[in-house]
Formats: sequence, structure tokens, C-alpha cells
Amino acid sequence: MNILDHPIDAARILQKKRALKRELSAREGLVEKRVAILSGSTIGEVQNILEVFLLAQGVRPVFYQGGYGLFYENLVFDDGSLAAFAPDFVYIHTSSRNIRSWPCPADSAQRADELLEAEYSRFEAAAKAALKLGCPVIVNNFDLPVYRVMGNREGSDVRGRVRFARRLNEKLAALADATPNLYLNDLAYLQAQLGMERFSDQTAWYAYKYCCAIECIPYLCQSVANIIKSLLGRNKKALALDLDNTLWGGIVGDDGPEGLTLGSESPAGMAYSEFQTYLKELSQTGVLLNVCSKNEEANALAGLARGDSVLQREDFVSFKANWDPKHENLASMAKELNLLPESFVFVDDNPAEREIVRTQLPGVAVPELTCPEEYIAAIDRSGYFEVTTLSADDRKRVEMYKQNAQRAAAEQSFTDYNDYLRSLDMTGEFGAFDNEHAERICQLINKTNQFNLTTRRYTPAEVESLIGDEGHITLYGRLVDKFGDNGIVTALIGRCEGDTLDMELWIMSCRTFKRRLEHAMFDELVRLAREKGVKRIVGHYYPTAKNLLVRDFYATIGFEQTAEDEAGNRTFEFTGFEGYQPQCGVMEIKRV
Amino acid sequence: MERDAILAEVQEIFRDNFDDDSLVIGPATCADDIEDWDSLEQINLLTAIERRFGIKFKLEDVRGLQNVGDLLDLVQRLTA
Repeated sequence: MNILDHPIDAARILQKKRALKRELSAREGLVEKRVAILSGSTIGEVQNILEVFLLAQGVRPVFYQGGYGLFYENLVFDDGSLAAFAPDFVYIHTSSRNIRSWPCPADSAQRADELLEAEYSRFEAAAKAALKLGCPVIVNNFDLPVYRVMGNREGSDVRGRVRFARRLNEKLAALADATPNLYLNDLAYLQAQLGMERFSDQTAWYAYKYCCAIECIPYLCQSVANIIKSLLGRNKKALALDLDNTLWGGIVGDDGPEGLTLGSESPAGMAYSEFQTYLKELSQTGVLLNVCSKNEEANALAGLARGDSVLQREDFVSFKANWDPKHENLASMAKELNLLPESFVFVDDNPAEREIVRTQLPGVAVPELTCPEEYIAAIDRSGYFEVTTLSADDRKRVEMYKQNAQRAAAEQSFTDYNDYLRSLDMTGEFGAFDNEHAERICQLINKTNQFNLTTRRYTPAEVESLIGDEGHITLYGRLVDKFGDNGIVTALIGRCEGDTLDMELWIMSCRTFKRRLEHAMFDELVRLAREKGVKRIVGHYYPTAKNLLVRDFYATIGFEQTAEDEAGNRTFEFTGFEGYQPQCGVMEIKRV
Repeated sequence: MERDAILAEVQEIFRDNFDDDSLVIGPATCADDIEDWDSLEQINLLTAIERRFGIKFKLEDVRGLQNVGDLLDLVQRLTA
């Protein structure tokens, strides 16, 4: 059992941090990220443990450490060192210990309001100064104060510290909600989850100026690391779910659907039902639910058809109810959905099945399940699906994948693949980056791993700076067909240098592989480049663990490979503007 | 608890924390002898010791600890 997995072993992590760092640093394919930690209290061990959690997510952090307690000064009056550090992430590690002026029972209500405004302004100014650095900013909210001179009244009276911290949290939440690139690390939730008596350790504060108990630091760091890895597109994307004794109690093949434990009749039934409700809500954030069960399909369907089953057949995208080994089912499921196995979380009550998936598909996350009342926590506390942005697209994702399944069914009836593509009545809509689509484009850039030639990540500020920039050609593509709207699924960025266009980015969602959309994009690019007087397009391929698929992509669309170095980085060149023939030919093109 | 037994346990903690299986400490070992033993690590050592022996140090207890010997005295007093 990995001590970094739920339930995390905080004490062991603290003790073993050097060994963990050594082991995790030795792994291949780590990406370096620059993380600035601004201090509201001691950050020494926060930095050490955050490093361990980030390494576990494949990120090798380089840190900037703000001066002790100087978060405001370092951010608002940056002496240049912070800007020079050029962080990829800023983490403002503040807490209610940084509230300077609390209201007290002797104050008037008006005075309490003034204090609230003054305190909020300070934290707001620090966050806004951080945002000017042009990278994502993570800020803690406020833990509840450890004492209450008025007892319960502290929670209702505006002069109470408890009410004060809660009002401050509400204001900070509204700010984070309305501000792109600002993310809340919910310290108040963490304190509640772990318990105030454990979290708000007076000794840790008096003696070492830590805002929480040393043994709570790993939970804090796990939370921050989850936000960072989510922003880096390293979330899991799908669940492969067993059925018997996982989504319901009992064996549907033996007990029949009516004999299953599910629903409000029994305590265990309630636990299974709430787990199903949890999963259903999770799917609304864009997480794909899939069934991976050893069952006769008819029995599996009968279980889900129960009137009191929260999850129904249509909530799942891929449905594997058969007797094949689970790791094989999971692998073929991944292929079907154009996802990598490591994008999956495998949920199964049977330790033997978990073990085989763990050993056969090492990238798959396999949480330990003990009893149904613990299932939700096993997934929820792990942060597999930490949500940092929630677009309309995420909410529709399950629908889109199901449309894909319909497309796959339609494909079967054609012998010629191009005939099939033409039958889809596709329209490709192309345009330069604009404000309306910037958020979606940025999200796509940062989570696309497979069809991604350079795996360069962009912050929202960087994407915005490209809008209307004459020095670049930017292009996004949306794909609509008779089964539905796939939304914006592809983008590219080229930098103009004289008559050369250097391709800094080209990505496409795995959702629209094999639709000749990349060819339509290139047709558009050639047209735009020609208008700009470009004579030569230079393409790059930088290998990662996930983008092998596009290693030869440029060669397939008319580029010549001009170089390859030892690391496998390849350079390609395109000069075939003269007499260029559009390559797509299976969709209508719409320019916006 | 016997002082030797305490020392053996404390040595295990030091080995874990400093990621060094061959580390040998004695009563005279102090922060100057171990490169990574700084104020930050001191806190971790104390936290790990609290957990191992099921004790809780008071603010007064951890002031002025000079070396491993002082630590052993403290643990011995609190586990007596």
C-alpha cells in the first residue's frame, strides 16, 4: 500500500519524506514546475511535503520561498525576485493566524463590518498582486478560530470571531469564483475534516509558528498538490466500476435483481445508494462512468433496471459485463474511449481483481475498498478528479462520448471509411483565438496529452495575450455532426518569424480522432499562412510518455523530417504551398 | 523505561527521518553532528518521538534541548 494513497499515513510521510523524495525523484518523465510559496506562517515542512506529493504526480517542483509571514509584502511590493523567479504556480499559505484585527464584543456592528472590509482588502490585494504574475494562484481560506468568548453566539453575532472568519471565507470564495486563475484551497474544510482539536494545534503555533499541527501538513499538501495536478491536466478521467458488492450488495446472477441490497430498506442498501448518487454527481463534472463486471450482460442490466437504482444503463459510456479478465476489459475500454489506461480509476470490492489490475496495468489508480460505507471516502479523499474548472463542456462530456458510441455503431455499416465519414454530415468550424472561447481553449491545451505535438502548457493569461496578436497564427476548431456538437476540440499556435511559421502548439482532443479534422485544420493553416506570406512551416514533435501517436504526424500531411536528436525530438518542414490540394474533403468548412 | 531501550527507539526514528540506515547516535550527538538536523527537522524528530512513546511534550519541555542525551532524559521522565 502506497502511504501517499488514501487513507494517507501522515506520520509515515513526515518521517519518510527524504526516502520518498529520493525514490520519487528517480522516476522518469518528471516535468519541472516552478512553485512560489508565500508565507503566512512557517512553510518549511509544507514545502518539503508538497514536494513529495507533487513528485508523486510526476511534477518536479522548483520552489521560491517567501519571507516568513511576508505574503503581503512579497506579493504587493515584490522586490523583483518573485517576478524573476517566473513561477508556474503561486501558493499563498495564509490562515486565520494572519487575521490582524478581529472584532471583539466591545465593538459596534459597524466597526465589525469595517474590520471585515479591511481584512478582506488585504488578502484580496495580495491575491490580485499574485495574479499579475500571470500564472494560477492558489490561496488558502480561513480556518475557524480555536476559542469562542461568546460561545455559540460567536457564530451569529457579527462581532464574533467565528462569524467573522465565515464572512471572510464567503467573500474570498466569491472572489475566487469570479476570478480566472484564482483557486481556493479550502483550509476550513480540511480543519473540519480532520477536526479542530487535531488540526489547530496551539503548540505547533506557539513553538514553531505552524498554522496547523505538523501531522496535518500532509493533508494540506495533498490538497494543494491536487489542485496543481488538476491544473496540469493530470486528473483521472474515467471510472471502471464493478457491479456486485460494489454498486449494490449481493450477486445479481445468484440473488436476482430483487434480491440485491440497495435502497433505503437497509443500512447497507443506503450506503450503496448513496455511493451511486455520489458517482452520478461525479459524472456531471465530466468523469466517465463505465462498467467492468464479471456478469452475464442481461443480469447486469437487470440490476441497473431496478426502479430504485440511482444509476441506470444510460449513465454509463462503456459497458463490459462478461467473463474476460478485468484488466483486458479495462484496456479495451480505454481503447474504445481513446483514453489511456492510466486515466482510469478501477473500483472493485474484490482484492484479487484489484491486484490483477494493479499488476497488469500499473498506471491505473486502484483504491482500496473495505466496506460500502467507506466507498465514497475511498474515491473522494483521493482527489483523483479534483475540479479546477467546470465548463458546459464538462457537463456534456458523457453525452458526447455516448454519441461517439453511436458513431462507432454507424461505422460498422460502411465498408469504406471515407463513406462513413461523409455520412456523418460533419461541419468543421474554424476561427482565430478570441475572448469568447479562450477559457475552453486554455483548458483543452492543458489537458490534452495524446494528440499534442509539443505538450507546451499555456496559462489563461498567455492564451489571452495571443488574441489578435499579429505575430502569431492561432486557430481553434469545433466539430459538429449529425449525432451532436463536439464543441471545441482542437487548436494550434504558430509563431511568425519572417516568412517562417514555427508551430508552437498543435493539439486535438482524443474525442475526435480519425475524423480527418486534423487535415481540415491543416488546410485552414495553409490558407492563413499563405495570406501572411509564409513560405515555410516548421513543425516540432517533442516526445512524452503519452504522445507517441503523433510522432510521425507531420510526415503524414506533407512535411519532411529535417532533424531528430538523441531524446527523440523531431523537426519537420513544410514548403508545399505551391499547388497545395486540401486534404480533408469529408466535411463542410465554416469560418468564423 | 530503560535509557538504552529509549536510545534504540530514538535511533530508529533518526534513521527514518534522516533516511540513513547506518546512522548511529549517542547521548552526546547534537545538531552539529548531523548535517540535516536543523530547527525544522528538530520539530519532526520531536513529533515522531511523541508518537513513538505516546507522550506529549509541553512548550517548557522542548526548550533548551542540547543533544540526544537531553532528549533521552526528557523521554525517560515523561514515560516514568
